[in-house]
Amino acid sequence: MMLQAASDPLMKVENLVVEFSVGGKTIHAVSDVSLEIARGETLGLVGESGCGKSTLGRAVLQLRQAVSGKVLFDGHDLTTLKGEALRRMRRRVQLIFQDPIASLNPRRRIGDIVAEPLVIAGVKDFEERRRRVSEALSAVGLDPALVSGRLPHEFSGGQCQRICIARSLVLNPEFVICDEPVSALDVSIRAQILNLLEEMKARYGLTLLFIAHDLAVVKAVSDRVAVMYLGRLCEVGPSEQLFARPAHPYTALLIEAIPVPDPDVRPTQSVPVGEPPSPIAPPSGCRFRTRCPRADARCASEVPELRVVAPGQFAACHHPLI
Amino acid sequence: MSGALLSVEDAVVDLPTPRGNLRAVDHVDLAVGAGKTLGIVGESGCGKTMLSRAVLQLLPKKAKLSGRVMFDGQDLTTLSAEKLRKLRGRSLAVVFQDPMTSLNPVLTIGTQLIETIQEHLELDLAQARQRSTELLTAVGIPAPEQRLTQYPHQLSGGMRQRVAIAVALSCEPKLLIADEPTTALDVTIQAQILDLLAREQQRRHMAMIIITHDLGVVAGRTDEVAVMYAGRVVERAPTPALFKQMRMPYTEALLAALPKLDVPPHTPLPAISGRPPDPTRPLKGCSFSPRCRYSAGRCSTEKPQLSPAETSEHLYACFHPIAARVSA
Ligand SMILES: Nc1ncnc2c1ncn2[C@@H]1O[C@H](COP(=O)(O)OP(=O)(O)OP(=O)(O)O)[C@@H](O)[C@H]1O
Ligand SMILES: Nc1ncnc2c1ncn2[C@@H]1O[C@H](COP(=O)(O)OP(=O)(O)OP(=O)(O)O)[C@@H](O)[C@H]1O
Ligand code: SF4
Ligand code: SF4
Ligand SMILES: [Mg+2]
Ligand SMILES: [Mg+2]
Repeated sequence: MMLQAASDPLMKVENLVVEFSVGGKTIHAVSDVSLEIARGETLGLVGESGCGKSTLGRAVLQLRQAVSGKVLFDGHDLTTLKGEALRRMRRRVQLIFQDPIASLNPRRRIGDIVAEPLVIAGVKDFEERRRRVSEALSAVGLDPALVSGRLPHEFSGGQCQRICIARSLVLNPEFVICDEPVSALDVSIRAQILNLLEEMKARYGLTLLFIAHDLAVVKAVSDRVAVMYLGRLCEVGPSEQLFARPAHPYTALLIEAIPVPDPDVRPTQSVPVGEPPSPIAPPSGCRFRTRCPRADARCASEVPELRVVAPGQFAACHHPLI
Repeated sequence: MSGALLSVEDAVVDLPTPRGNLRAVDHVDLAVGAGKTLGIVGESGCGKTMLSRAVLQLLPKKAKLSGRVMFDGQDLTTLSAEKLRKLRGRSLAVVFQDPMTSLNPVLTIGTQLIETIQEHLELDLAQARQRSTELLTAVGIPAPEQRLTQYPHQLSGGMRQRVAIAVALSCEPKLLIADEPTTALDVTIQAQILDLLAREQQRRHMAMIIITHDLGVVAGRTDEVAVMYAGRVVERAPTPALFKQMRMPYTEALLAALPKLDVPPHTPLPAISGRPPDPTRPLKGCSFSPRCRYSAGRCSTEKPQLSPAETSEHLYACFHPIAARVSA
């Protein structure tokens, strides 16, 4: 399925399925997801907690095994690569985690933490490692001379996230998956880190998959946005277009729920009560139907396929809003 | 403010640390009336939680509090531990960011609700049970009867926060303090919880304090906002007045740093550079001066005091306040 006529997709996910088995039951974490990310593009991925965003990101990196589907990176199917071939590809792809403090080893010095990917990649020359670590730390606005010898607990959350970003850039990757990189940070530090990611993207010519549950944050950095619900993709489209005219009722709900810093805009009371159903027994047909104001009989019996609703915009809904 | 249900008068909270004294709350005055909602906004570490813990008289043991906390006609700083405990269950309630802080993991939802109710209200078991189910229904929990037998870990984060709110509301408190009640939750669930709090607050004519670092959360849901920076209240105003005309550069910067939906992607965000000062090394002048783009003259040598703008209700602490905008 073509989601966008991307002339040059760097990453292509095809019909990806990831499941977990817990106590004899199957969790449908990612169900038949297809995505394309063009070279140099930032694709935002949003959805509620537990909808499968991190699992998708990890499966793309081969940190989670998929049940079926393909992950094509620069034309190579990562799901079939093994050993040295996989390692070589994986060097070109990096991951930044949500919790900056927890993802740094508390007993290692910053210089060693940032150098770790180089060691794993087999860069043996100490001088070269030091030079590249210094470059990466300077790029994220830290002074290598001041920070290299210190331990993570001596840094704030925002600084720890800078260190994580430096670590992810030290191998000069082409593709970076940012899994909620600013969710744990407060408003002012969040803005600093988002700006830094944008700078790094331009400087290193990166392609990004940017995962978050905050739509305003996603919009700030993404060229296109993909919306997920309970393991499935609901809608994909160019950021501005998607926010201006959402086609999927779930996208519309997410947009409506964003708190607006304007006292004249009264919060809407239309958000349906209720929570996402269990991924162990997802609803038949459209998985969003138990919370959807437009749901009808067809929604319960037939899984909606992603189809074009506007140029470049796709929605999986039997009764789209546009 | 006279006639307020709660008024905090010149509160100072000092914490001894290995690096020296840490002033977490620095001469704060606040008030909130029955049926009103006050928002407290500020960056991480600015003292929001310490201030609310000072109100609840739940400060860390080593903390020193001075000033008065007048609640419903009495000064809480002078009450006995026993009186305070009664008051906290009955008239003063709190909901924390992490619902597991308010809930006991080894007791069922039912036991927690029923025990709280019976401790403070004279109801028999059947009545307390009945009331528990009513409360769970009020906070939007489906199948409340069944939930009574469940443990907190069997519920989702959003459900747990609803239960924590139900426990907090169970004794009809006069004041509810919600400390980042939705920060850990998704936007959709966040909106539901904020709606729920607003509804219950109106219905019960309760006073409420909402603590958050997101100006977006307080905009549509509070009567008054206090902006805190480095332990002090630096701007305070009725919500519409504040958003119409921010006077304090910090408030303006905090709002500007929020990503906006009506701005095209890849627009650099006006971030506030740097970080708040080390609270064990207080600055002589305005605490915001190292980060403030309007800083000049006495900003770095003298502390601006909280003083009124055009109206006595709009207060700010700044030597070079943002001038009134020319309205279109
Ligand atoms: N290691 C695991 N074992 C079993 N189930 C898992 C595991 N990791 C994730 N899951 C389940 O898979 C589903 C998707 O989880 P995932 O972490 O991908 O969601 P998410 O969208 O990243 O959520 P969040 O916003 O909370 O990070 C959830 O139901 C989750 O409970
Ligand atoms: N138990 C403690 N002992 C010593 N210092 C503390 C303690 N708890 C908090 N502090 C310090 O007191 C100051 C105020 O902290 P407080 O928790 O009130 O901030 P906050 O505004 O609630 O921040 P956040 O948004 O992160 O919750 C901070 O400098 C913090 O490091
Ligand atoms: S397919 Fe039906 S239930 Fe699903 S989002 Fe569309 S209208 Fe709603
Ligand atoms: S007093 Fe000076 S430094 Fe402080 S906020 Fe006002 S202009 Fe900025
Ligand atoms: Mg995740
Ligand atoms: Mg706090």
